Amino acid sequence: MTLADILASLFPAGHDVVQEGGLLFGSGPLKDGGRITVIGVADRTPLGVDEALRLAGHVLAILEQGGDGPILVLVDSDSQRMSKRDELLGLNEFLAHLAKCLIYAGLQGRHTIGLLYGHSAAGAFIATVMATRSLVALPGATPAVMDLPSMSRVTKLSIEALQEKAKSTPVFAPGLDNLAQTGAVLAIWDDKSSLADQLQALLGQAEDGGDRRDRLGKARKGRPKAADIAERVHDLALQPE
Amino acid sequence: MTSTPFVRHNAPSWYEASARERVRGLLDAGSFKEFIGPEQRETSPHLGIFDLPRQFDDGIVVGRGKLSGKPVFVAAQEGRFMGGAFGEVHGAKLTGLLRAARDAKSIPVLILFDTGGVRLQEANAGELAIGEIMRALLEARRAGAKVIGLIGGRAGCYGGGGLLAGCCSALAVSEHGRIAVSGPEVIETNRGVEEFDSKDRSLVWRTMGGKNRRLIGGADAFVDDTIEAFRAAALFLIERAPAFGLDVLKAEQARLAERLNRFGACADGLDIWKQEGIVDAASVPGMSAEDFTALANRIREPRYDAR
Amino acid sequence: METFSYRHKAERRSTGSKAQAIIGVVASGNLEVLVERVLPDTECQVEVSTPITGFGSVWEAVITDFVERRSPGGLKLSINDGGARADTVALRLAQAVRLIEEEGR
Repeated sequence: MTLADILASLFPAGHDVVQEGGLLFGSGPLKDGGRITVIGVADRTPLGVDEALRLAGHVLAILEQGGDGPILVLVDSDSQRMSKRDELLGLNEFLAHLAKCLIYAGLQGRHTIGLLYGHSAAGAFIATVMATRSLVALPGATPAVMDLPSMSRVTKLSIEALQEKAKSTPVFAPGLDNLAQTGAVLAIWDDKSSLADQLQALLGQAEDGGDRRDRLGKARKGRPKAADIAERVHDLALQPE
Repeated sequence: MTSTPFVRHNAPSWYEASARERVRGLLDAGSFKEFIGPEQRETSPHLGIFDLPRQFDDGIVVGRGKLSGKPVFVAAQEGRFMGGAFGEVHGAKLTGLLRAARDAKSIPVLILFDTGGVRLQEANAGELAIGEIMRALLEARRAGAKVIGLIGGRAGCYGGGGLLAGCCSALAVSEHGRIAVSGPEVIETNRGVEEFDSKDRSLVWRTMGGKNRRLIGGADAFVDDTIEAFRAAALFLIERAPAFGLDVLKAEQARLAERLNRFGACADGLDIWKQEGIVDAASVPGMSAEDFTALANRIREPRYDAR
Repeated sequence: METFSYRHKAERRSTGSKAQAIIGVVASGNLEVLVERVLPDTECQVEVSTPITGFGSVWEAVITDFVERRSPGGLKLSINDGGARADTVALRLAQAVRLIEEEGR
């Protein structure tokens, strides 16, 4: 699906989402009434200091208006922008700031939804779709922590060796199924049916009961230990001295 | 404006210390109680596939103790094990600690970052851990707990660790500390040596190092490389760090916008420092911690309300 | 990965009252030793996990020597090796025993 197709399927009655400098801003009507704010990254644009600040500014403007309407984060990005300038200026703060704005919106009761429709990786992934309460993806999306050739260079294992090991575990190789099994991706949507219906159904689901990704990863057998370790540390930490 | 105190020579180095030594030196004597310590043997379930050795604590020490008599939670990464990188168990220990801080509401958390980012052998679990830690950290801040990041170890604070640092209430950094997202080698591999020469140590430090971070506002306190200096900074920052809310986020948006405005066209750290009014910018890297802190405080008072 | 387990008799109990101690880091050229006071007074055990294969006889020799010199009675020592040389292994074993025998830390 092209971005235009995706927007048309999400908002069959029309929308006002525009693309400026690789970023998406706008909104669209929901089937059951009300509107959803849309921000995002398109065309595999890298997320640098300028982009992160613009997106964050838009989220803050929405928050200042008040209300508790949902926010959709539509992403087809590269990784964070890799440049001297971005790091010199403190890219970590800019990406963290964007993530904070999105997570804050979620903590305030807005349902934030990340819809990964293309690529995303590393810091861009963390600061956008991973900072939402519900991360869903379209088939064919390609999330990655790092691409296999780079992983091969750093780990000093051949790509073939990595691919072989990846057959027995979802824990390191890029790919949508692996990110779903480990608990990052809540669901993979059906690109043959109405995205508007699927969006409405997701919005209709139960209230945010906290971050359940580790429990999801355990249930799907992608992350055997995380949920239990976190719970044990939590309980030990709250015991009276 | 109180500068952090400077301490006698031969005070134990933060950089040279192990994670456990930092925790022991930071907290009141005998006050540390570890959660899921090494005797529990909760190691990585994934490193065996790569024939890599495990560490009993999976490279992070978490627990609680006292700082000047008051309770704190502490997490310290061991930068020499797998580069301090976040794996499934490693990350989950910090997630659990922050969720407890959220529920306890008034116990500060000290995170002793020493990390190259996500552990590639467990990349998806590590990336998820970053996302979960971030959420738990902000929930803790929202509930009223201060989360203070301390950065000065061998691995620096890179990748997902850099993003987590940016989510803390306040940060203290030493000369050895570096904070960034992409590491020097990764930038060079992707963009070429003209863009970033990863072997040029002084370039790495002018770009990502503690002094530049302090001078552009990427860290709130610059400290000497001693455990005592970090302890003093932690106490100092716990008192001043802001609560987390819309006002702070708006102030941060303005702070970052101003930074882009003033320095967005600068080619190098030296250019930023000259723009800030430091006449002999080239002398900054060689300055002692004491002289540098005095200079930094003249140039730019830390804000404490916009992170 | 290779694992070894050695059980020895020790002449006397390792002194002190601490239940456990840990020293070292799993990194290239280094190792961690977790020591626990969990065995009868005249027994000791050393468990090794190492990614460097084929050095069983060296481990055995270093550990036998350590037991003779230090008499770590009652102690179980568990090693995660990052690829350390024999002298570093001997050093860490000695440090581990010193730590668990130390009072007031």
